[in-house]
Amino acid sequence: MAYMNNYVVVTIFILLGVLLPVAALTAGRLLRPNKPTEEKRTTYESGNEPVGEGQVRFNIRYYLFALMFVIFDVETVFLYPWAVAYHKLGLFVLVEMLIFVALLLVGLLYAWKKKVLKWNSV
Amino acid sequence: MGDLLREPLTWGHALIFAAAAILLMGIVLGFVTYAIYFERKVIGWMQLRVGPNRVGPFGLLQTVADVLKLLLKEDTIPRKADRVLFVLAPVLAFVPAFAVLAVIPYTQSLYFADLNVGVLYYVALSGISTLAIVLGGWASNNKYALLGGMRSAAQMISYEVPLVISIVGTVMLSGSMNLRTIVEAQSGGWFWNWHFLPQFIGFGVFMIAAVSELNRTPFDLPEAESELVAGYHVEYSGFRFAFFMLTEYVYVYAIAALTTVLFLGGWHAPAPFLAVVPGLIWFILKFACIVFFLFWLRATFPRVRVDQLMGFGWKVLLPLAIVNVFVTAGYIELFIKH
Repeated sequence: MAYMNNYVVVTIFILLGVLLPVAALTAGRLLRPNKPTEEKRTTYESGNEPVGEGQVRFNIRYYLFALMFVIFDVETVFLYPWAVAYHKLGLFVLVEMLIFVALLLVGLLYAWKKKVLKWNSV
Repeated sequence: MGDLLREPLTWGHALIFAAAAILLMGIVLGFVTYAIYFERKVIGWMQLRVGPNRVGPFGLLQTVADVLKLLLKEDTIPRKADRVLFVLAPVLAFVPAFAVLAVIPYTQSLYFADLNVGVLYYVALSGISTLAIVLGGWASNNKYALLGGMRSAAQMISYEVPLVISIVGTVMLSGSMNLRTIVEAQSGGWFWNWHFLPQFIGFGVFMIAAVSELNRTPFDLPEAESELVAGYHVEYSGFRFAFFMLTEYVYVYAIAALTTVLFLGGWHAPAPFLAVVPGLIWFILKFACIVFFLFWLRATFPRVRVDQLMGFGWKVLLPLAIVNVFVTAGYIELFIKH
């Protein structure tokens, strides 16, 4: 049960992390001036009149990187417990992990050949 | 802290934990104040300038003045911005930055939370900050902010993968994800027992990926001021902007402490005859060296190009980190098990 104490500490840290910005911004509200004008509230575009929408279309490449991230981040979820228990496991598990990582590396090589990793291929 | 953590929880103990956490927050804020001063001074000296020297003796109060100025600035929220998300983003950025500090052990007996999944806790929480940056960029409804936010997200997720995998070797050698056990695994008296030598590939990958995660030079593309004005926080002013800056420097603290713990032997002295010096002093020395190293990089390197950035992360760092895992596995099979 005493182990739960560690999570009490973690909770205290998270609460403090919320409290500091909330307290600072509330205190700031009492101190700072507030004189909004229409010009102040326009979108910043280096001093020019903003053109069109702010939420413009962006490169599809970002989406591909997000897909790659999901694949390899899940891999790390499998790597960590394996790494912790490695001392107790045999050579068989090492070969298994080699096969698992090799399969993922094939995926990385495929993305590489498809020029996903090259920024200016399109 | 260690003895209290093993006893049953009472309100008194909870109050002591809270007081300790508030003390740490004070220390971290003090660190951030003087890290910014130190960074400006060091870069000034490296560029044959003086650096801040007007406010207070030797300019020591420069950052305090800057923070006060930000506190008194008017807070503008653009008309087109998504108000709720805009307000939420700086808070969401700061919370994980401070929460990860809970698991860092400073000495044998000085630590806050002794989680058995310490490493995982760190990497999982630090990933949330990416979300805050995308949120800030998106909610601003500004082209520069959106592009900066997307760049930042792409960069941070691309370098998070090698960062996380480079730690696996250290976890294998220690057989635990508990940060205190990892430091204990590096004991032995001499500095070659620390993980940075047996794990030199992992250490190299970790340092490069960590600099990239911090969005610091040479990987400061999200804030490339010559191309994107300021990146994701271009619409932020006053104290909301200050919280994004604060987050960045709290992460400098966190990464420097984590590197010390994972690779530089934590509180252990580099040689047996130096063990008379308290562990906390060694921890602070190693920590300070890494902080200086990060600032030194900023004065030395130009920014990498965006097309080189992604290629480097996926084609060089990720394969290297994976090779490191299997080299470590082979090393354990050949030399430690037999």
